[in-house]
Amino acid sequence: MSNVTTKTGAQILWECIEREGVETIFGYPGGAILPAYDALKHSKLHHILVRHEQGATHMADGFARASGKVGVAVATSGPGATNMVTGIATAMLDSIPIVCITGQVGSKLIGSDAFQETDITGITLPITKHNYLVTHASEVARTVREAFYVARSGRPGPVLIDITKDAQQSSCEFDYEAAKPQLPGYRPDLSPSAPEYAKALELIKNSKRPVILLGHGAIISNAMREVCEFAEKSGIPVAPTLLGLGAFPASHPLNLGMMGMHGEAWVNQTIQDSDLLIALGMRFDDRVTGNLKNYAVNAKKIHVEIDPAEINKNVKVDVALVGDLREVLHELLPRIQSGDHSEWLDSIDRARGDSAVRDIQNLPDNGHLYAAHVINDLWRETRAQDTIVVTDVGQHQMWEAQYYKHEQPRSLITSGGLGTMGFALPAAIGAKVARPEAEVWVVVGDGGFQMTMAELATIVQENLKINIAIINNGFLGMVRQWQEFFYDRNYAATPLLNPDFAKLAEAYGIRSMTVSQRSDVVPAVRAAREHDGPVLINFHVEQEDTVYPMVAAGSALHEMIRRPSPIVETAADD
Amino acid sequence: MLNTFVVYVENKPGVLTRVASLFRRRAFNIDSLTVGRTEKPEVSRMTVTVDADQDAARRIEANLYKLVNVLLVENITEEPAIVRDLAMIKVASTDETRSKVLELAQVFRARVVDVSPESLTIEITGTEDKIDGLLEVLRPYGVLEMVRTGIVAMRRGSKSAVVDCAPSALAQLTDDSNVSYSV
Repeated sequence: MSNVTTKTGAQILWECIEREGVETIFGYPGGAILPAYDALKHSKLHHILVRHEQGATHMADGFARASGKVGVAVATSGPGATNMVTGIATAMLDSIPIVCITGQVGSKLIGSDAFQETDITGITLPITKHNYLVTHASEVARTVREAFYVARSGRPGPVLIDITKDAQQSSCEFDYEAAKPQLPGYRPDLSPSAPEYAKALELIKNSKRPVILLGHGAIISNAMREVCEFAEKSGIPVAPTLLGLGAFPASHPLNLGMMGMHGEAWVNQTIQDSDLLIALGMRFDDRVTGNLKNYAVNAKKIHVEIDPAEINKNVKVDVALVGDLREVLHELLPRIQSGDHSEWLDSIDRARGDSAVRDIQNLPDNGHLYAAHVINDLWRETRAQDTIVVTDVGQHQMWEAQYYKHEQPRSLITSGGLGTMGFALPAAIGAKVARPEAEVWVVVGDGGFQMTMAELATIVQENLKINIAIINNGFLGMVRQWQEFFYDRNYAATPLLNPDFAKLAEAYGIRSMTVSQRSDVVPAVRAAREHDGPVLINFHVEQEDTVYPMVAAGSALHEMIRRPSPIVETAADD
Repeated sequence: MLNTFVVYVENKPGVLTRVASLFRRRAFNIDSLTVGRTEKPEVSRMTVTVDADQDAARRIEANLYKLVNVLLVENITEEPAIVRDLAMIKVASTDETRSKVLELAQVFRARVVDVSPESLTIEITGTEDKIDGLLEVLRPYGVLEMVRTGIVAMRRGSKSAVVDCAPSALAQLTDDSNVSYSV
């Protein structure tokens, strides 16, 4: 038994995390996690000091989204742990593998309302895939191994490990190999049966107007090539969800563009007209279905999904193939017949001219700066490089999805399910750490930026080359848009009095620029890219611009609010 | 429609909370939930009854399986099963009414487990219907207090669920892929 050594719980914690392949962790120290921080001196892990624990969770999340690996966030008990809640819920809703380590008061003090005690395993029960309370050093190794395995397998998700101070401090015998996961009830690997495959193939064969709905699952299961083969072999067009952007190249002729609340009007119409929806790794979220009562009523539905609890949750389907998307496609591909859907594709193409997304793209430069211009110019300038765009939540997020054409998976990082404002800046830090060679752009509104802007200090402290584009319209824009449409333009609590963001950046030692003319966008973007440190550009854009088209809550998917001004027909994108 | 689930879980702290929290979180209404030990010390067994249609019942099953500590879920609603509830009913009784109450208890094969000058306590085991029946006839005498355990259920015949709770290695876990969900 030469592998057995005696170590403290804190030492075991870091060693087990290192053995999972982790090199960087994001955290914030405090009383109940101090023994673990002290033990970092024995570890090769690089610890990034954040400015708020929510930031740590979003960084771990951004790290995971950019790399596909498990991100790690660390915090102390009580307020440190509760500050993580938003980031954990964000990761849960988007199926992101992160492991959160929290300190806890000594095991003898649990339940006594001790200083900085909070029941974080109770609090995070519904927003974690699984969580643990560890009260003995001897449980640390197995728990960490289980946590990483649970976080990244099956449908990924956040796992929290709450470790009492005494479990960190006390010593025990440590044998990594012996501390194997014990998860007798955990079944992450399901696969469909032969009759289910046969039913799916039959539906595909008989369909005249099929559409592939492509979700985040394609990226999680690394099924991009299989999806592409499937679409090309069958000749079926593809409509991605927000989180599916990049899973199928935007420039691919079969890529219709994004579906949903702010998707292309004709993509939504195509879905409504379809006779077969093939949902690949997406969960029929209400933002992509509109009113369920009249959602694709004439379409049969095939649902390829790893989580059986998603089947028939929102939309009743005809065939469910429960399993890993990549493996399911491997089964299907050889049995797919080459399809000719040219009639169907032609009819979609005729609707394509009616593109709301392109309607302001090539407008003459009339002195107004539109967010869409900024994003479209940014795309033109950065598309040749390995670029990751990290967005926040709101209007700018939708404009990014419409005007930045993503060719590669993991090139867009955005909070979809929870819609967490304040996500972008910290998530971008995680993304840059995960892929230092990639160019990272934060696209963020003036509202969301102020929720987590304290992490500017983290960027400077870690000397990270991150470019920040604030789409500054002086409003909580998406909320204002809802007020414009549905609350009689009563702009209650949406105008923002902002600081001078350029000066703010300077205070952190970050180079900054302010842009309010279309002609200055490209030079600013170029200057930012050439500068070898972080840069913040404050784009003063049109204040009351609106994201079109839009499916109002409760409306059918094809009933979209369109831009009222005459649509300017433009040449196809280059 | 009332669905009856038998749920085998790891006998660990907090597992009952996880199961109960799942039903609350997904807005499924628990009609009754019992939990107790099984023939294996590392496994606890729950009987949960929930009002749900067929689709919802399937989703409940799938959601239960998402809990890492859940070992096996059986929906025995449509299967022949022994279903039992236990109640203790404290009934007001005087010298005049005592014999009548005792007679009723006997008809229902219930046992008297406590007697006082003003009351009788009756223990009855059976289906929920049977207990409801006894309760109905006792009401006129004055039911002072009642407690019911909620139902426990077991499939009839020799067929028993095989609950594998042996500590499994990672390799064995990933090989387990013969579970499928048809629609």
